[in-house]
Amino acid sequence: MDAKVKLDLMKTAAMIRKGIITAVATAGSGHPGGSLSAADILTYLYFREMNIDPKNPKNPDRDRFVLSKGHCTPGLYSTLAHRGFFPVEDLKGFRQVSSYLEGHPNMNYVPGVDMSTGSLGQGISAAVGMALAGKLDNKSYRVYAMLGDGELEEGQVWEAAMAAAHYKLDNLTAFVDYNRLQIDGNITEVMNPEPIADKFLAFGWDVISIDAHDFDEIEKAVEKAKANKGKPTAIIAHSIKGKGVSFMENQASWHGSAPKKEQADQALAELDAYIESLNG
Amino acid sequence: MSEKIATRVAYGTALAEIGHNENIVVLDADLSKSTRTDLFKKKYPERHINMGIAEANMMAVAAGLATCGKTVFASTFAMFAAGRAFDQVRNSIGYPHLNVKIGATHAGITVGEDGASHQAIEDIALMRSIPGMTVISPADAVSTKALVKKAAEMYGPVYLRLGRLDVHVIYPEDAEFEIGKGVCLKEGTDVTLIATGFMVEKALAAAEALKESGISARVIDIHTIKPLDEEIIIKAAKETGAIVTCEEHNVLGGLGSAVAEVVVKNFPVPMEMVGVEDSFGKSGKPADLVEKYSLTAEKVIEKAKLVLERKKA
Repeated sequence: MDAKVKLDLMKTAAMIRKGIITAVATAGSGHPGGSLSAADILTYLYFREMNIDPKNPKNPDRDRFVLSKGHCTPGLYSTLAHRGFFPVEDLKGFRQVSSYLEGHPNMNYVPGVDMSTGSLGQGISAAVGMALAGKLDNKSYRVYAMLGDGELEEGQVWEAAMAAAHYKLDNLTAFVDYNRLQIDGNITEVMNPEPIADKFLAFGWDVISIDAHDFDEIEKAVEKAKANKGKPTAIIAHSIKGKGVSFMENQASWHGSAPKKEQADQALAELDAYIESLNG
Repeated sequence: MSEKIATRVAYGTALAEIGHNENIVVLDADLSKSTRTDLFKKKYPERHINMGIAEANMMAVAAGLATCGKTVFASTFAMFAAGRAFDQVRNSIGYPHLNVKIGATHAGITVGEDGASHQAIEDIALMRSIPGMTVISPADAVSTKALVKKAAEMYGPVYLRLGRLDVHVIYPEDAEFEIGKGVCLKEGTDVTLIATGFMVEKALAAAEALKESGISARVIDIHTIKPLDEEIIIKAAKETGAIVTCEEHNVLGGLGSAVAEVVVKNFPVPMEMVGVEDSFGKSGKPADLVEKYSLTAEKVIEKAKLVLERKKA
């Protein structure tokens, strides 16, 4: 990847992370950990890869994204806002009764949201439906989904995985945000979904493992997935929960709790310093 | 008596008749020979997608297809459509108000020999409690065909409650139906029998028998349980002063409850309910189960007489 492009993506991702902190801190609730771990992939998809237009969010030929781990709305909303689907200022209304920014995504309220999700395991099935529609209509759009690693404990994920391979949905790419932590602790202790890559392989998918915070690796994996014929692709994205905010990194406790004012200020200061270092 | 056709057969026939609309996609979960979506598959195999024995996935896949502009009919047994996949129907179809029609066959105890595990008697209650869900429960093959076509024409989620059993055709071929509008099949002044599904036939038989006892019973087919035709119910309450509801469903949460909600708010009159009395079904021949669970004209007559006594009191 071109160095300038990469630098811009890194800055954008940091801005998106700031939006995540702002949204969750203002709301006093929400899910920062998994939003921060997914931020670089979201940035790559919405700022580099997907054929989307904030002015025409319902274009039938657009690429689709389904946030199957629907609780990571701070990540998705911040990305959509920074991409121009709605004002960044609106992130401050997140989870408030007067706002359209629901705790979990609602496709009818929020411009750019392609599917309402929240009940885990269902988004990947909806993504399979979108990919099937693309095949039926001979359209060239691609469908992206993002699963949590804990979400893989939902049986429906594997029903969807079976269907995607059965119908040879090579227009479908699913990311697994592999940050190894769920609410009650480490995924291997709560309910071990390992070996994740082997499971997807056994279900008939192509599998690529990457560093979720390395834009070169994200790009290579997405390009490889696009070139795959006859099977869907799972990108196992090794990530750090809470990535970018020192005191949140690798802490399960930040899965679904909001930072207090001082903590949010510290997080924003860290991200500002990071952006400054990139500008330097 | 007229010919007998199962409403699931009418469902499959209707799908085959409207399948020329290329937006229509039919999903099934390894039951196409039972739900009769095989009739659609024969004509339009490219738009009939078997999702295997995975109903939860099927419902959310249906939702995904619908976001791309498809009119999706997702078919399986009522037990699995409304029961097993309730969360998917609620969150992936109902909440985003997507254009998915749930073709739920084998509803109620007339499933027969398969027994209680396959006899949905809770599905009306579950489906009508989802905001924005239309719930249709037709009485015969003619109304089923017409209402399946109407469901395809309207935008939004629809639950179609269909039966396994062959049931009498009670409507003339050219009868017209409107979603949300009940049908007064027989005028009457003493009591109103409000029925849905195959119990409409029983209510009609009961009304005939009541006439011989000098009781004038009105019969209303509520083929759409949601949105409910409040007008026809309030009118019946006012004009006949007594109501008996008749359904092949638990008496908790189904047609009886829906009618009672309208009656108590608008014009309270004595009501009785014929239905499954809050128990699971069991294996048996459908005709034997209908007797065992008292889903009979005799029971409707008994309840009509009871409600008339309460009306006089």
